[in-house]
Amino acid sequence: MYGNTLTYAGIIHYGPLYLRFRKKMAMIRVQGLNKWFGDHHVLRDIDLHVAQGEVVVVIGPSGSGKSTLCRCLNRLESAGSGEILIDGVPAPVEGRELARLRADVGMVFQSFNLFQHKTVLDNIMLAPMKVRGVSRAEAEKTARDLLARVGIAEQAGKLPAQLSGGQQQRAAIARALAMRPKVMLFDEPTSALDPEMVGEVLDVMVQLAADGMTMVVVTHEMGFARRAADRVVFMDDGQIVETAEPNAFFESPTTDRARNFLAKVLTH
Amino acid sequence: MSALLDHLPEFWQGLIVTLQLTAASFAGAAVMGLVIAAMRVSPVPVLRGIGTAYVETLQNLPLLVLLVLAVFGLPEIGLQAGLQVTATVVIALYEGAYIAEALRSGVNAVSSGQGEAARALGLNFTQSLRHVVLPQALRTVIQPIGNIFIALTMNTSLAAAVGVVELTAAANRVNLLEAQPIPIFVGAGVAYAVIAACAGFVTGRLERRLAVVR
Ligand SMILES: Nc1ncnc2c1ncn2[C@@H]1O[C@H](COP(=O)(O)OP(=O)(O)OP(=O)(O)O)[C@@H](O)[C@H]1O
Ligand SMILES: [Mg+2]
Repeated sequence: MYGNTLTYAGIIHYGPLYLRFRKKMAMIRVQGLNKWFGDHHVLRDIDLHVAQGEVVVVIGPSGSGKSTLCRCLNRLESAGSGEILIDGVPAPVEGRELARLRADVGMVFQSFNLFQHKTVLDNIMLAPMKVRGVSRAEAEKTARDLLARVGIAEQAGKLPAQLSGGQQQRAAIARALAMRPKVMLFDEPTSALDPEMVGEVLDVMVQLAADGMTMVVVTHEMGFARRAADRVVFMDDGQIVETAEPNAFFESPTTDRARNFLAKVLTH
Repeated sequence: MSALLDHLPEFWQGLIVTLQLTAASFAGAAVMGLVIAAMRVSPVPVLRGIGTAYVETLQNLPLLVLLVLAVFGLPEIGLQAGLQVTATVVIALYEGAYIAEALRSGVNAVSSGQGEAARALGLNFTQSLRHVVLPQALRTVIQPIGNIFIALTMNTSLAAAVGVVELTAAANRVNLLEAQPIPIFVGAGVAYAVIAACAGFVTGRLERRLAVVR
């Protein structure tokens, strides 16, 4: 009788607790990350945990290390010291494991970096076929679905140079999503765009956030941060200076450095 | 003129050998150039070192010296091969260094973001080179590689010096019989020029067809 109650209680409580734990588990876990370029100390003791489904906006002055942080997360740059775990798995140093990690972490660049010699469709199909071993037919179906999702289905057969900047960036997002990544990194995805095209890219990102994607977004778009971010991380001089919920951060930053930075950005 | 016409079979035979030398050694040089270029841009320092040493060595020796060394040196160490085969291999290795350098400059002309995006998607070094970087690099070096092809064609005449009877050697033999160097060597020169013109035509076509839209 006693044992039965325990079991009963266990079943009842184990499930939701377990689920809650899963949900809170850090998708990205950065601990004591340092990075040097020569003797230039670019990242200093970075600790950053991003929960599954969380959207973190990284903001900070030029040269503060935002891009380097992103690039360390998928190991386009090697970390100097410290630990980076993606979904509980430490970032491998090289080889097959590293390729798998990169495949799990999608990255969108400021300059789009679509493969210039391939059509939009082929851009999206390449990695799923070569890295994941997906069949051509399946890769094409996924690619067309994604193109529809980012609103450029009719551009599938064009070369990147024939697309507008906004369309190129949306294609680049589709290309990253085709790998079904666990995490998406965005490094200033709208900074190279004409103002009238920023919105269409941000809309795609907001939708992605709403769909539950774990995202780290380097951007100075306050509107996006307010609409979609769970947290804003403010970096300066290689350090995380302040972390706050978006509205709190923009309305009442607690550090002088963040206040100064916001004053400069908001007056422009 | 009759000196030429009387000896058409010899010229024809020489031309065939020249074309064989050119085609086979260019194919070999292309493969060698691809391998060496890949080594020179690879992330592995040892491979980069080997690639650099290869290019520096072969570009700094005259082809004639290499041909003579191979033809007379290889039998010394027990390696016997026909003259034409030896010449083909030496020319391929030699021109491979030039093709490697042309390809490397093409790879450097592809923006680094292209390779980075490929790696960020999980493609490994070989895959990003093969599917992303090289196809774009090749388009920018069609003209230089066409020029290397033409230089290689002309360089096959050095094989005459080690006893391969290609076009130049054939012309030389005919001249020994007829003693009419001007028409005979003009005839041989025209044949080389026709090969070069064909190469120029093909590279021009390729370049227009494959131009990268940026
Ligand atoms: N490959 C590199 N070699 C040497 N120094 C580098 C390299 N990449 C970045 N840096 C330096 O590291 C620092 C951080 O650069 P990073 O690009 O991460 O800054 P950022 O916050 O992204 O700036 P921005 O807003 O201008 O993009 C800068 O001082 C930069 O000069
Ligand atoms: Mg940056």
